[in-house]
Amino acid sequence: MNRLLVWYGELATERSLLRRGVLLVLPGLLWVLAFLVLPGLLLVPLSFAERGPFGEVVWTFSLENYRRLLGFGVLGYSPDNLLALGRTLWVAFLTTLLCVLLAYPIAFYIRAQPPKRRYLLLSLVLVPFWTNIVIRTYAWQLLLAPEMPLARLLSALGLVEPGLALFPSAFAVYLGMVSAFLPFMVLPLYSSVERMDEGLLEAVRDLYGGPVRVFLHGVLPQTLPGLTVGVILTFIPAMGMFVVPDLLGGAKHLLLGNLVQQAFYTMRDWPYGAALSLVLILFTLLALRAYRRYGKEVDLA
Amino acid sequence: MRPSWLTRGVALGALAFLYLPMLAVAMFSFNRTRYGLGWTGFTLDWYARLFQNPTILEATRNTFLLALLSTLLATLLGTLLALGVERHPFSRRARAQLETLLYLPVVTPDLILAAALVVAFGFLRRFFSLFDPGLPAMVVGHVTFQVAFVALVVMSRLKSLPRELDEAARDLYASYPYYLRRVLLPLLAPGVVAGAMLAFTLSLDDFVISFFTAGPTSQTLPLLIYASTRRGITPEIHAISTLLFLLTLVLVLSAERFTRRTA
Repeated sequence: MNRLLVWYGELATERSLLRRGVLLVLPGLLWVLAFLVLPGLLLVPLSFAERGPFGEVVWTFSLENYRRLLGFGVLGYSPDNLLALGRTLWVAFLTTLLCVLLAYPIAFYIRAQPPKRRYLLLSLVLVPFWTNIVIRTYAWQLLLAPEMPLARLLSALGLVEPGLALFPSAFAVYLGMVSAFLPFMVLPLYSSVERMDEGLLEAVRDLYGGPVRVFLHGVLPQTLPGLTVGVILTFIPAMGMFVVPDLLGGAKHLLLGNLVQQAFYTMRDWPYGAALSLVLILFTLLALRAYRRYGKEVDLA
Repeated sequence: MRPSWLTRGVALGALAFLYLPMLAVAMFSFNRTRYGLGWTGFTLDWYARLFQNPTILEATRNTFLLALLSTLLATLLGTLLALGVERHPFSRRARAQLETLLYLPVVTPDLILAAALVVAFGFLRRFFSLFDPGLPAMVVGHVTFQVAFVALVVMSRLKSLPRELDEAARDLYASYPYYLRRVLLPLLAPGVVAGAMLAFTLSLDDFVISFFTAGPTSQTLPLLIYASTRRGITPEIHAISTLLFLLTLVLVLSAERFTRRTA
């Protein structure tokens, strides 16, 4: 450890170099520890505390927040929260699935373009990803307004009542979610699709494999690494989303994110918000764990 | 391999699907009518009025001040982090742990980061007024998610710089400050700029962290637009959204150019 090294016109020990490294790393490290890791850990004890009359934290040990989370409230039992939890998982799952179904054709389409055009198309996929989520979601409100062509068309077909907007609805939530997360799926998937060996697809075809077999045995194994990254990048933030369901879903389509937002922002009930956040963290960890497991299989293949 | 018509159709449809909403907003920023969505003619009025609207101007100023301050801080901290991790003799385990910590803000859902910040600020507020809801607190919040992104971008640039450069400088007895100033930093600059641009766009793009850390006087454009979806959107909001979108377009396309030229 105390070896003497020649280091840029001076002699230094490994220990002194390490000390310098620590000094360089320390400010950023402390920052992340102070504002993300420690307060994140603090959510655990906080979730067993209670809200005082003025929104302050009263440090008592109680399971009240978790009982409330399960639906036992002052007005008796209501399954609303559990429904919101189930809905969160379902919406995140369906959003991810729809994104996969759209991202494959986009990735294949971009791959078939001449290289210069590919970069342009990829940047075009990136731009909405960098555009503020509030603006994009509001834009859907605009497109789904009763005066706009889509609502008029549907009311002309007799599918919706004339003069009504197409939001709030589950349909609007899915539109907003998929358009919010599609770029997260396209980018990693494309990086896999670009490196794909076409010879293997030819091989499946030569063995009389139909399109389904070409996908299952040719495309899927080769693009699994990009696909899993895309799924993680879509599924995890989709579970924590609250802007889209807030602006496009209405009270019937609340997700876990909305409950967290209400607890911290509207009700100023941190302990309850902490309990809800822990559920979201739990879901996130489970998703990451599934990815690790799956990721290992990717390495073996 | 030629993509089938189905692939092409879905791909182009999906791309249109990504842009349709923004096109609608842009279209209505040129619409003459103030109320309702009927098209009554082309006008640039709303863009002119934008510059007379104190609320929007204030929010714009806050948005850019926030992005600028947080980017400067995050770029400094992130670059130091990257230099420390990449060029100093940490043990393999310490390095792995540092890298895990760097990925943590990247995979944490922003709502969880927001919750952590609310809790952290709530406790720190008792000792420092800096953490009261408002611009300084928002800067701290933004830096927290930006640092990791800057560090990761700079680290990848550092990894691509050949070790032989270090050795050559060492063999020629360059002092460390001289080596930093004349060798490493000039070569590292594109990575630092790319990291800073990423951090800046992340800050412009953020809604969730700002939403939870903003005070009554520190409204940013995303917060203003969110509030307007309840109070009623005015054509000026369509105009500022369109400008913000165009700015993003320019930033993303130039960042792409920039990183491709220097990669």
